Amino acid sequence: MDFGDSPAESEFRLGLRAWLRTNNPGLPPSSTTDEYWAGQAGWHRALHAAGFFAMSWPTDIGGQGLPSVYDVIVDEELAAAGAPPRPSVGYLVQGFLRHGSDGLKSRFLPGLVSGQERWCQGFSEPDAGSDLASLRTRAEREGDEYVITGHKVWTSYSDVADWCLVLARTDPEAPKHRGLSAFVVPMHQSGIEQRPIRMINGVTREFGEVIFDRAGVPADNMVGSPGEGWSLAMTIVSHEREPGELGYVARYCKLVNELVDQARGEPTRYGEEALRDLSWALIEAEMLRLHVRRRLSDRLDGVSHGPEGSVDKLLMTSVEQAVGHAALSVGGTASGTRDDTWLKVYLYSRAQSVMGGTSQIQRNLVATRILELDK
Amino acid sequence: MDTRLSPEQVTLRDSAASLVDKLGPKSVQQLDDPERIGKLQAAVAGTGWHELRAPADGWAPLASAVEVAIVAEELALGLADVAFVGPTLAAELRRLAQAPAAASSETVAFAADLSTIACVAAGTAPPDAVAVDVGGSKTALLCASVTDGYRLVGARPAREAHLGVDLTRTTAPLSMEDPLIPVIDQGRIVTEEDLVRWRAFGLSLSCADLIGTMRGAIRLACDYARSRRQYGVTIGSFQAVQHLLADAFVSMEGSRSVALHAAWGADALPADEALAAAAIAKAYCARSARTACEIAIQVHGGIGNTWDCLAHLYLRRALHSSDLFGGVGASLALVREHHGIGAHSGLR
Repeated sequence: MDFGDSPAESEFRLGLRAWLRTNNPGLPPSSTTDEYWAGQAGWHRALHAAGFFAMSWPTDIGGQGLPSVYDVIVDEELAAAGAPPRPSVGYLVQGFLRHGSDGLKSRFLPGLVSGQERWCQGFSEPDAGSDLASLRTRAEREGDEYVITGHKVWTSYSDVADWCLVLARTDPEAPKHRGLSAFVVPMHQSGIEQRPIRMINGVTREFGEVIFDRAGVPADNMVGSPGEGWSLAMTIVSHEREPGELGYVARYCKLVNELVDQARGEPTRYGEEALRDLSWALIEAEMLRLHVRRRLSDRLDGVSHGPEGSVDKLLMTSVEQAVGHAALSVGGTASGTRDDTWLKVYLYSRAQSVMGGTSQIQRNLVATRILELDK
Repeated sequence: MDTRLSPEQVTLRDSAASLVDKLGPKSVQQLDDPERIGKLQAAVAGTGWHELRAPADGWAPLASAVEVAIVAEELALGLADVAFVGPTLAAELRRLAQAPAAASSETVAFAADLSTIACVAAGTAPPDAVAVDVGGSKTALLCASVTDGYRLVGARPAREAHLGVDLTRTTAPLSMEDPLIPVIDQGRIVTEEDLVRWRAFGLSLSCADLIGTMRGAIRLACDYARSRRQYGVTIGSFQAVQHLLADAFVSMEGSRSVALHAAWGADALPADEALAAAAIAKAYCARSARTACEIAIQVHGGIGNTWDCLAHLYLRRALHSSDLFGGVGASLALVREHHGIGAHSGLR
């Protein structure tokens, strides 16, 4: 049992630290301004080109082929340098690796991993949120292609995406979980309209909704077999719940570091309540950093996603919202200042208990799949 | 970096689990069964677990703090009413002081709030100090101030008293009649830095006890929720009950990650960083454990509030382990001081 770096890990860490000294793009805190989202693509490509992204994925798709624990080293160093977190595309990659044909993997994974091609994920619909399997977007076979009609929502990065992984109903007669299939749909076509969604902290470039009106997709772009869509969606959402896959440790530790610096700089300005909130944010963020080390170590046994992803999602949510409360306590409600960054961090934190599956759904999964309370 | 337990550590865990499963109390009534307790004490004494921190080559410990934590967690899971934390802390103090192992079973004495080791300037035992986890120990170590640090002295725990919240481990005041017993052959003066390291070790040990306590409380409550029926169904089928237990389980998993790191850090990190890691772990574990044990009581309904339900034994053990070396408030103060955000209490 060793939480310390091996010589190889230490060498990697120092190399990354040196690179970050001259390559930190200095974007604003994530999710607080549109400027951050606009700068994400460049950051993704720069990190990947320097060999500091896709640490544990196979080399033939542009990964580094290293153990998963290198991901948490990247997160720790990004946070220490105040750099933006790594891009959260891991769950799509895991979905492709598990369900995609060799042809689809070699066509799409290198561009997804390197950031040369931008992706979004079309799962949720206005009437299919927690009950995802009730979705109504249809894909109908017409010759060599499928024609897609429907309405997707909460589609992250849909404004810049080249491709959308769409979950659609291909067999309306089958039971609701069995009639779904997944497609790689080109976003640049006339049958697709993308609309931004303005979130409670004002950002407009993270989430969008996408209207498919007879959008075409080659039949060969189906990922997995007809009817395999639900299984693929479950692979993806379970990875989407894992902080190790998302790289959020970097985001939380960076925010905490900045809040601690601010509190240290003006020691008499903050009251007991603010300092207590900040202490808990620090403790929670440290918990997640160590928890991810533990989870990624477990992957050395080949343990992959499972119901423990729901445990991790709930832990991640408690961290995000503790950091949000510290941001509110230390930063205030921006009444006397033009800089409302911390207020935006706080407001954004409320979404974490909803996106990727609500905290209520995660608790259902922990209670039934792990604690077996429904038996 | 590989935080998985080694095969030897897994074996240690499994043997601790099976020993406690066989000899730990299965009901509140069994706490009064001297035959069972005698067997449990003899079995633990036979394992050598009290000597895990005895010195090996060059005063390094025989086993790491991680191994100590593994045993502590399994003992707490089964509510083992046998001394372990006390004798282990005493052995660690002797090792740091380069003193030979105690001739007979020995524990440590704390200030009355259990936050720090008892200290004495001269002569007699401090009147408000208590020996913790007494079990069969005839002496409790405390610190006597000397120039540049401390010498270890032993005091006798009073024979009769059982104080405090925990029904599985005994706490006793120190005898005022018996004189203090100097530890002979102490190789070096115990420094403030030694005490920082010892405190980090002790905090990590109390965290491990809290993890076991949480696991036990959650296991007990889940068993009950799967069997107790109301409205014609098990109460575990209700989301309102499921979500309480899910929250308890999730906070236990987070606690385990910080506690494992604290145990590793107690040996591997510089003293001040080990203490900071342990304080983070203790704040998180103590907060989580109290809530988890309260949830276990709630899930049991009225039964959970009766003396004969095991749930309060877990809560009591958690409250004691929380106090030991300081609970949520003291740990938050350490965290704040380490990070320079406004605490003024001393590090020690």
